[in-house]
Amino acid sequence: MRTHSWLFPLILVAFVGCSKSGSEGSAPGAVTLLNVSYDPTRELYVDVNAAFSKHWEATHQQKVSIKQSHGGSGKQARAVIDGLDADVVTLALAYDVDMLHDKASLIPDGWQKRLANNSAPYTSTIVFVVRKGNPKGIRDWDDLVRDGVAVITPNPKTSGGARWNYLAAWGHALRKPGGTEQSARAFVDSLFRHVPVLDSGARGATTTFAERGLGDVLIAWENEAFLLTDEVGKERFEIVVPSSSIVAEPPVTVVDRNVDKRGTRAVAEAYLQFLYSEEGQRLVAKHHYRPRSEEVARKEGARFPKLTLFTIDEVFGGWRKAQSAHFDDGGVFDSIYVPQAR
Amino acid sequence: MATHARRHVLPGFKLSLGFTWTYVGLLVLIPLSSLFLKTFSLTWPQFWETVTAPRALAAYRLSFGASFAAALANVVFGLLVAWVLVRYRFPGRSFVESLVDLPFALPTAVAGLTLTTLFSSKGWYGQYLEALGFKVAYSSVGVAVALTFIGLPFVVRTVQPVLEDIDADVEEAAATLGATPTQTFTRVLFPAILPALLSGFTLAFARALGEYGSVVFISGNMPLRTEIVPLLIVTKLEQYDYAGATAIAVVMLVASFLLLLVVNVLQRWSHRRLEARPGA
Repeated sequence: MRTHSWLFPLILVAFVGCSKSGSEGSAPGAVTLLNVSYDPTRELYVDVNAAFSKHWEATHQQKVSIKQSHGGSGKQARAVIDGLDADVVTLALAYDVDMLHDKASLIPDGWQKRLANNSAPYTSTIVFVVRKGNPKGIRDWDDLVRDGVAVITPNPKTSGGARWNYLAAWGHALRKPGGTEQSARAFVDSLFRHVPVLDSGARGATTTFAERGLGDVLIAWENEAFLLTDEVGKERFEIVVPSSSIVAEPPVTVVDRNVDKRGTRAVAEAYLQFLYSEEGQRLVAKHHYRPRSEEVARKEGARFPKLTLFTIDEVFGGWRKAQSAHFDDGGVFDSIYVPQAR
Repeated sequence: MATHARRHVLPGFKLSLGFTWTYVGLLVLIPLSSLFLKTFSLTWPQFWETVTAPRALAAYRLSFGASFAAALANVVFGLLVAWVLVRYRFPGRSFVESLVDLPFALPTAVAGLTLTTLFSSKGWYGQYLEALGFKVAYSSVGVAVALTFIGLPFVVRTVQPVLEDIDADVEEAAATLGATPTQTFTRVLFPAILPALLSGFTLAFARALGEYGSVVFISGNMPLRTEIVPLLIVTKLEQYDYAGATAIAVVMLVASFLLLLVVNVLQRWSHRRLEARPGA
């Protein structure tokens, strides 16, 4: 106990010291931005940040350094709501960004209209990864519910990526000739009966499929599928592109309350605009996201296979509606999942 | 005299006590009470509905059941490990000694990933267990395995010092008085280490209840079957359902506090009984 009487002031000093050195981080004239993003964009933004810093210094004679924060999309949004000083957020789904408005009024209601293409400078889609040679002969969504096919997808309740997977499956079944709400529900229901493990996040599901060898097919974002096949094992995995899928639009926005407080609005807005520039779009394509720029897309055309794509707005009327109908407690996912386990 | 002397050992008692309350208050009481405050945004029926949903009930069953099983396994095998470490000298003893502490230091997610890799159907252990008809990874057994792993040091480290305190001559004396080895163990040794075993059990149990990292990988996270309570809380948070998440957290908190209290009382009782024993 005696030690504490001198430890306490020491701890206080340590705390004060920490907070002080934190605020002195930036040299005069320089500016720092914090980009709060989700997991698989880490490498993309390392490249984008370097390119943007160069661009901004050349045009504005000001140094800018961009800090990155990565994690699950929902968790990242919660951190910003709880006070993480993000200048910009670049998350996996619009619903998570919506919450910055709904839960903390950090951004205005119509944020998604502020930038082109629904504020999503790049897109991706949902595809399948199968083992080399495609032993189960998986070609399209309907093959996933054949007998003896095990499907790996994370839990839509905990993973934003998994929600895209689910909605892609639902949308495909709904838009099929003769598809109805009932048939879509029945399809997704039987799809989840083929799922042996519900990982809590997309990277976990990838590990389950790739490292532990579970399942015959992994439902994944296209950019993750490219990473897995190109960079981990072309001789082990193949990408199968279904006939139709959803456009996954990871949106970006400036966090108004934070940039106004920190006086970084101009540079934060320029940073997001940069993602739409030719250079930004090239980097996006390099990291396996589909660029919005038609010119860049043309050059990269061979890498991004053509398939029928639908958007969440067309089929589900936007993220908020999709979330409350399907994933909130008492939603469709619960009613699919609960009777099964009994 | 003894109390008087002790008072001198702690000069500035008031300062230390004030510090203790401030410290515990800032770090434990305020965070926990804010947890309760958050649930007040729910009405009572809403709260009840959230905490008694079938999914929540299944998760409590799994979390408490698997934690209990794991703590029990650790009591049996942890005692054995502690016994061997205390009573025998063998090559590699200090190596084993440090291995025991490893689950303390290892990030639990790493442990979870490793265990899952070993126990999945293609893994080193898993392929043989599966052939024998045991499914470990992605089942409730897997959850118990992960919880056993993280709980082991608690039992070993609480029992070990007590065992060290019991001299080998106690056993010898019992033997010379005609006790069989079984009698020596049940009548002489076991009562002495029971309080330590109980607190080891409590620590391992409490630790297992809150465990998240290692379990989410090995459990398979199937709602109603292999979903632990901490994952359910995270699920609620992912849906921005702060109140729902805290409601379940509060249930866990109250339940584990009561359990800890019961075990503490039990432990004190067994300790007192031991002290009261003539000749002990």
